[in-house]
Formats: sequence, structure tokens, C-alpha cells
Amino acid sequence: MEDLKLSQLTGSYPFLTPRSSSDHPAVNCPVENLLELAGALKEREGFDLLSDITCIDWFRSSPRFSAVYHFYSSIDHRYLRVVVPLQDDEHPRAPSLTGLWPAADWHEREAYDMFGVEFENHPDLRRILMWEGYDWHPLRKEFPLAGHDTELPDEEIRRESGTRVIPAPMEGGPFAASQERGIMSRSEPRGADESWNESKEKPQ
Amino acid sequence: MATHQISVGDVRSRTSDFEKDLGPEKMSLNMGPSHPSTHGVLRLRLELDGEVVTKCDPDLGYLHRGDEKIAENMTYNQFIPYTDRLDYLAPLANNVAFALAVEKLAHLEVPPRCQAIRVILCELARISAHLLGLGVYAMDTGALSVFMYTFTEREKLYTLFEKLTGARLTTSFTRIGGLARDLPEGWLGEVNRFIANLIPQVDEVDALLTRNRIFVDRTREVGVISAEDALAYGLTGPNLRASGVPSDLRKDRPYCGYRNYDFDLPVGEVGDCYDRYRVRMEEIRQSAGIVRQVIEKMPDGPYYAEEAKRIFPPPKDRVMTRMEELIQNFMITTQGPQIPPGEVYFEAENPKGALGFFIHSKGGGVPYRLKIRGPSFCNLSILPKVCLGAMLSDVVVILGSLDFVMGECDR
Repeated sequence: MEDLKLSQLTGSYPFLTPRSSSDHPAVNCPVENLLELAGALKEREGFDLLSDITCIDWFRSSPRFSAVYHFYSSIDHRYLRVVVPLQDDEHPRAPSLTGLWPAADWHEREAYDMFGVEFENHPDLRRILMWEGYDWHPLRKEFPLAGHDTELPDEEIRRESGTRVIPAPMEGGPFAASQERGIMSRSEPRGADESWNESKEKPQ
Repeated sequence: MATHQISVGDVRSRTSDFEKDLGPEKMSLNMGPSHPSTHGVLRLRLELDGEVVTKCDPDLGYLHRGDEKIAENMTYNQFIPYTDRLDYLAPLANNVAFALAVEKLAHLEVPPRCQAIRVILCELARISAHLLGLGVYAMDTGALSVFMYTFTEREKLYTLFEKLTGARLTTSFTRIGGLARDLPEGWLGEVNRFIANLIPQVDEVDALLTRNRIFVDRTREVGVISAEDALAYGLTGPNLRASGVPSDLRKDRPYCGYRNYDFDLPVGEVGDCYDRYRVRMEEIRQSAGIVRQVIEKMPDGPYYAEEAKRIFPPPKDRVMTRMEELIQNFMITTQGPQIPPGEVYFEAENPKGALGFFIHSKGGGVPYRLKIRGPSFCNLSILPKVCLGAMLSDVVVILGSLDFVMGECDR
């Protein structure tokens, strides 16, 4: 269970930079070298199990998204964390690892679903936890915890058309408020508590 | 099970082109989300040629609650009840895994007694989860009476959990840096008696199933997963070991003092549904052995990390009588345990496989990003491959043998 020597790894793959970590060895890898690195990890370094793929949203800084990969070796019993900063803040892209590990399929679909990261050459990139047609990526930091207080349709329009505004999520949105249930930021106080939001500094 | 075409429910939100591109001889069958053999709310869209499955497309997300988003907005201790609801068949093991992940981030080691209690909790949770898994798996293959045997034992376990934690299902028993409370008096003796009673019952189930002609015929050579496939698809836990890979985080990266206990790793040969059954059966016995060893060696001492003044609140009697402890309790309750900045990924060997927590902390009592790697999510991802070419009736057996739980799959 000896951990991987980081210097060895950065020596063989000069594009890697070490990354601070509280446990396993971790490296930063530029997005254009990811496929090369992943192939080498699988073939030469013995990382045969792709444990996890996820993303972090560094809201209001650029590059905004980082993809985080955890590789595990079932032979040497060690982990490696690879963090890949993604270039485009609006439409982040990363190469898909499905060709190397079929396990990447669902993990990448989840990352796409939750963060909107496009994985190039993924065979079947569609939402996995939310439904097709849902317009938002819930784990992005700007996704609200409770409803935006929205204007309801005019009383007359409601009467004429029979429109009822139902507080989502089935409506597919960051949730619209309805008068019947009261204003969402009042009924869900944590949503209105700005101290919990990333848009404001947390009180120390 | 109906074999004619069933139209897909919930059309508005989950329509697909699935039926449109069927060939002339193919038939589509919607299985789930509320189907007894999908063990929760998994929906499978099957394409059938006669009785043979030519395509299987799992549809997840019916139990998605946004746990990761929730975690970003509350303190570490407040999130513990949410971990109960991941693998809700082994909530104690989830509690322990989450606490260990956060403690690793804080570079905190809990005292030996706390570790020993946690090992007991994990292994009892494993026994409970496997008992349920075996019972419903046998029921899926048509052996109804096994369910009664395993659920009787599981009921006794739940009574033990209730005595310890006050809840039968949603235990929320660990805290960051310790446990909710120490063991009640006489509880270990009851666990010992339960373990002594359990083994004959497991032997009974063993005798009912292991050489049962119908059961063996239904499970042998069905749903074969090779070792290479199992690794490539990221399978962990009993499903990986049944494919012949002796991989167990309790042995490979021992945490929580697992290296002090002696146990064997049951490993399968073929990786079929029968092997997965055998592995789980043997794991119950091994877990019972571990619990016995822990009880024998149970150390004395505190049940929480006393030196972690900014992480674990002091016991209530001191909070009520001393100023400093009152302040400490107040700070931890209002702001959460103070965890240093850093990044950590911790996987624990849970009943279903490796439950992983990736935490990025910017300091303070709230994680900046918390990712849960649910073992059932990864174990299920191999389903389209395993089901390909299987008979429709075998899909039920394969699902039962993979022993997934949708709570941690959808999170």
C-alpha cells in the first residue's frame, strides 16, 4: 500500500504539476494531455480501476470548472487524484475516458448533468439523474437553493387561461414561486439566508 | 410479468425515441420504476427479441434528492442524517464512512474504543444488508421461505440498533470525531448472543439454497462478469470479489483498526450470479467473526477525540456546568466542526462496495464541494452489458444478484 512517488510521475510526464492534497498523491494536468496521461496510467502505472469522476465549480474565477479524476490500482492498492482545469467557462469541455474505462460512461454523464461539462467523443452523452429537457445544471454554484420570487401571471390571465403556476421542480426550473404556497424564500429560509450563498462572503 | 408492449408512463418528462427505432421483430418492455424485482425505483427499458434481451437501458434518477447540493449548504455534522439515506440498508456503515472522510481531512485519529465500536457498527450493518440482499434475491428466484429466515434475524439486529441509537433505520450515530454516545450497558452481551444465534440460522439458509437444484439452475452461468469487465466498469465490493478479484479496502487500505482483526476474503471463480450469492453468504460469517473478535478485545477509554476541541462538542453534563465547555459546544453547534482547508477522497468498504466521499474544503464548518461515489451507481453501470443476450427472466436474477440500492445510486 505504498503511495505513488509524485516526483517519479512528474518526471515521466513533464506536463504534470503537483497539487496540494490532504491524503493521496494529486497532480494537475492540462486538458490537452489528459488522454495521454490516462492511457499511460492504465497501461504502465497499473491504475486499473477508475473510481470516480466529478467536477468542482470555482464560481467567479477562471477557469471556472475543474474535472477531478480518482484512479485506483487494485494491484498496488493506491489512489491518484488528477485535477484538470477546463478552459471554456461557459461551455467547458473535456475528452471522454470511455474508450479506456467503460466506467467513465455514467460518471461523465453525471458530470454533464450536474455541471454541464461536455465530454468529447462520449458515445451517449445525455442526462442521467435529471430528465431530458431540464434546462439547468443543479450543482453549479449559481443554482438557487429555493425559489426565485417571480411575478405570477396576471389574475385575469389566470382566470381566462386557467394557468396555474406550480412551484417546480417538475416544471423544470429553479423554482418559481406561487402565491398559494407563499413566497419561496420565506417558506425555505435557508434559501434566503445570503450568508450561505457563494455570492456573498461567509461570515467568519 | 407482462410480455406485451406497455406504454411508458410519465410521458411528459421522460419521453424518448426508444420505441421509434425498434426493428420489425423487436418488442420494447418497460420494467420499473415500481417493479418488485428492481428493488426500489430503477427503470429498465428493455428491447426484446422473443425472450432474449437485445438492449437494456437503465433509467436512473427517480430517487435523486440532490444530496451533494444539500451538503454544500450545511455543516458536516448536519449532513450525517443525510448519509443514512444513501444506502438505507446499512445506514451505520455510511455514517462511519462519512465521519472517517471528514476526520481524514482534519488529520484526526479517534481513540481505540471509538474505532472498535465503529468496526462493530460497520460489520453489523454488513450483516443486516447482506441478510436483506440474500432474502430478496432468493425471493426473486422463487424461494420465498428464505426471506422469512433472513428477515427474522434482521429484525433482531434492528432491535439492537434501536437500543444503541434510538432509531431502527435512520441511525445517524457517528459524529465528526467520535460517536453520538457510548455503548449502553449490556449491549455487547446482547450482540454476542445475537451472533451466536445468527450462525445456525445462516447455516439453515445455506442448506436451503446452496445445493437447491432450482436455485442453482437459475443462477449458475447466468450474468457472468469477468474480472477484466468488473474492473473496467468500476465494480467494487462483493460483486468484484465474486468475479475473482480479491480486492477489499478493509484488507488493502485498512482503516478504523481493521488490521487488528483476522478475517478471510471470500472470492468467486466464475463471476456468475451463483458466485455473488456465495460470496455474500460467506461474508456474513466473516463479519460475525470480526464482531466477536472486537467484543473480545474491546478497549476502554473515551469514545470520542477529547483533544479535538473545535470538532467534537463535550458531553452534555459538562456543557451545563462549565463555561468553557458551554462556549465550545455553542461554537461547534452554530458554526460546525472547524475543518482545515484541503482535499480528501476516502473510500470505505461498505456492504455494497466502496462508498467514497470526495471533499474539497476551504476551511470552516461547511464543505465547498462534497461528492459521493455510490457503489451501487458503479455496480449498476455494467447492467447494459450483462443483460445483453440474457433471457428476460434472468434479468430479474441479475438485478437481485447485483444487490444495489437506489438511495445511494441516485443520491
